[in-house]
Amino acid sequence: MASAQPPADDAAMAALLSVLDEVHDPEIPILTIADLGVLREVRIDAGRVVVVITPTYSGCPAMHAIEDDIEHALTAAGYRDFTVETQLAPAWSTDQMSAAAHAKLRSVGIAPPTRITTDKRALLGEHVMCPRCASRQTERISEFGSTACKALYRCRNCLEPFDYFKCL
Amino acid sequence: MNVAHFEYVQRLGDNALILGQRLSEWCGHSPFLEEDIAMANTALDLIGRARMLYAHAAALEGQGRDEDALAYGRDERQFGNFLICELPNGDYACTLIRQYLVDVYHHALYSTLCGSSDAGLAAIAGKAVKECAYHLRRSGDWVVRLGDGTAESHARCQAALDEVWAYTAEMFNGDAIDDAMAAAGIGVAPGSLAAAWRDEVEAQLALATLSVPRDDWSASGGRQGLHTEHMGRLLAELQFVQRAYPGQKW
Ligand SMILES: [Zn+2]
Repeated sequence: MASAQPPADDAAMAALLSVLDEVHDPEIPILTIADLGVLREVRIDAGRVVVVITPTYSGCPAMHAIEDDIEHALTAAGYRDFTVETQLAPAWSTDQMSAAAHAKLRSVGIAPPTRITTDKRALLGEHVMCPRCASRQTERISEFGSTACKALYRCRNCLEPFDYFKCL
Repeated sequence: MNVAHFEYVQRLGDNALILGQRLSEWCGHSPFLEEDIAMANTALDLIGRARMLYAHAAALEGQGRDEDALAYGRDERQFGNFLICELPNGDYACTLIRQYLVDVYHHALYSTLCGSSDAGLAAIAGKAVKECAYHLRRSGDWVVRLGDGTAESHARCQAALDEVWAYTAEMFNGDAIDDAMAAAGIGVAPGSLAAAWRDEVEAQLALATLSVPRDDWSASGGRQGLHTEHMGRLLAELQFVQRAYPGQKW
């Protein structure tokens, strides 16, 4: 989107993106909304900033907090003319999470989603790797974990329980 | 405005909201922690789905109402949800059996609605269908674990199935609104989902060693706003704050 703009707009877009890069997921704060794939589009329409986000789960209570956080971050950075829009289609998928997001999740002991959701076994959560000892000898304890986007697993090698960020 | 279109989307929202409200009653009361979390998350998905559907319906209506007005500002006779969604939770077996029967229906329904000619509805269905698949996997697992479990869990599941079975037929008996929406390519003719639903449910019940109840009577009326005695109390709890303090926000 920025490549078609004159250089002055490139700078404006870069500044804007750096502000949005400080907005984190309230439930998994190590991830930014860009890491999570919730931040779908950013554009400047005749001076007005438009931020487009997409919900992870339909009932995700974090979405409202994320919208507020975006508005606070923009206001704090001096932006006055902006809107935050929600877009449903195409539906959010864990495939949209960045490689950086996967590494960050692992670093806090959360198993990242198995990469490709078109693999049915991945969708159903088989072969989840323990984020602590990398063993694949793991078992699901519950379909749901501490948030809608996670399931609870246990490692049969190191015996530690862990959260798995489900494929969706 | 196309009234049938508005009503159709609003009813989809009603089913999601009322079932979500019922499931949320388990929050803090489920048999163990993981199930408490699972139940609450499923409720959240349904309430989130209701919100999207109501927002879409309100936009179709174009009268300045929003999703909160539809959820909190209507009376019992104006809700078009299936009776099965408003039935009391009963024991855990009853809640899970009902959930399974509705999950199978919703999964097929939203899979088809992904191809709706209403792009807004198709987008909502695209999100809902993924969550339905997940809900169905969980409720289907539980039906087998409890049905083919102990004598006690088996007996409770069979009793629950016998209790709610008569409320399943209503899901497939569409009215003029359903017919008009199916003809317009916006909605799905509910009857078209019946045979596949039956096959899937019978196969799962066989795995669960549960018997399919006889189809000797059935209850209906939800689409027309004719509800069971349980609906009024459910709405009283759901709507109390907004009725007492209209427009109040967190
Ligand atoms: Zn391990």
